[in-house]
Amino acid sequence: MILLLVFGLLLLLLFWGIGQYNKLVTLRNQVQNGWKQIDVQLKRRHDLIPNLVNTVKGYMQYEQETLDKVIQARNAATTASGVADAATKENALTGALGRLFALAENYPTLKANENVKQLQEELSSTENKIGFARQFFNDIATKFNIAQQVFPANIIAGMFGFRPSELFEVTDAAERAVPHVDLSLKK
Amino acid sequence: MTLTARNIYEQQSHNKTLTVLVLVGFVLFVGFLGFGLDMYLSGSGLDSDEGAGLPIPVATILAMSVAGVGAARSAFNGDAAVLASSTAVPVPEDDPRYRQLMNVVDEMSIAAGLPRPKVYLVPDQDPNAFATGRDPAHASIAVTEGLVERLSRDELQAVVAHEMSHIRNYDIRLMTVVASLIGTVLLITEFGTRMLRFGGATAGKKSSKKGGGGLGILMLVWVVALILAPVISQLLAMAVSRQREFLADASGAELTRNPLALAAALQKITDADEPTQAIKKGSAHLCIADPLGRKANEREGFLADLMGTHPPVEKRIMLLKAMAYQTG
Repeated sequence: MILLLVFGLLLLLLFWGIGQYNKLVTLRNQVQNGWKQIDVQLKRRHDLIPNLVNTVKGYMQYEQETLDKVIQARNAATTASGVADAATKENALTGALGRLFALAENYPTLKANENVKQLQEELSSTENKIGFARQFFNDIATKFNIAQQVFPANIIAGMFGFRPSELFEVTDAAERAVPHVDLSLKK
Repeated sequence: MTLTARNIYEQQSHNKTLTVLVLVGFVLFVGFLGFGLDMYLSGSGLDSDEGAGLPIPVATILAMSVAGVGAARSAFNGDAAVLASSTAVPVPEDDPRYRQLMNVVDEMSIAAGLPRPKVYLVPDQDPNAFATGRDPAHASIAVTEGLVERLSRDELQAVVAHEMSHIRNYDIRLMTVVASLIGTVLLITEFGTRMLRFGGATAGKKSSKKGGGGLGILMLVWVVALILAPVISQLLAMAVSRQREFLADASGAELTRNPLALAAALQKITDADEPTQAIKKGSAHLCIADPLGRKANEREGFLADLMGTHPPVEKRIMLLKAMAYQTG
């Protein structure tokens, strides 16, 4: 009778373990998929930039330096290796693009060009997608990390060597810093 | 105000259960109407010689099978019916005018981690939007032309995020089923009341002579049910949609992390006051804001809770602004 009871309890424990293990595997796959989504969007951005530069070149001859910087940043980003490296280079690219768009404000004919408008929409959408893909990745990675750190699921996670996933962070200290806004009334 | 604090999984399973309940309730209700017809036919035919009390409840079985088919259709094909009734057409993929809309939908499906829904365009100048379908893999978002024209990119994104939350929470399944059942209930009651009037003229004298007590009460319940059915189904539609709007506002803002854009969009949608022509009454509860611009939706309290499909826009905007202050 007691033997049967012990056996039943062990069986319950086994089922619980299997459930936990499967949950963790599912989450790990979702995290990996989330990471790939970010890559897909980054790749898309790299593909769009040569198009953009070619389209605006005719209008912005005097800004050759800025255009070169964008291309350089783009090429550096495509060859980046590792998370931290990729993050810095992608940020540099974002900055270069920002300067290009700021300069484009000085060229009314450029701004009115339908092709440029569309490219700008595509690029800003891609920027958004990168942001949202990161946001989703962080959400799902947090869920994965919580699932393996809470007791008693952490026993299962430890047994099968699950590792907490890294979160996507703002690597640049300047980006993290809160902008200082001076609200005092100056005479 | 009581915002029921449910997490997304509880909300999903709650919606799924409620959908099944609505469908079962519908089949039973129609069966009851058929049962009444059986009683009516056998009751009025008792003293005549043909068919002394129908042994098989033909009308009950017939009604229930028709209702079963109707319920299945509404569950699997309800989105098509809703889209067709609002004259929505698929957005042309390559049209540069709708490129931004398509991009925004892409962005929000990435943010929600869901497959990209089909995007439809309703040819109407009043800004409005709705989502329909049975699950995230079979979902559609429809927006009016007016919405695309009047809203900024951020506002459009906020509206799409709101609709994406309806999809993620399985609100769309429940609301679509309710929308397509409302239509069926209206048809049935129309048919039923006609039968009653027609039958009452010929069989009235015979049954009054007999005056069976139990049967009379049942008939009374039946008639009341028949008359109240459209009202009850409307009330149901309103009850299911009000709380869900608040929730979709909140989780939509969570996707964009920009509650103020949704507040601005809601303001624009209400300010454009002409009623949406293309969206019919039966699917009003699916929309982000009441397409009919009914007064009941602007008030609060018991009566408004009963009559309005949407919470007051001012209140929604107020809550969204509060979210923005909280998050900085």
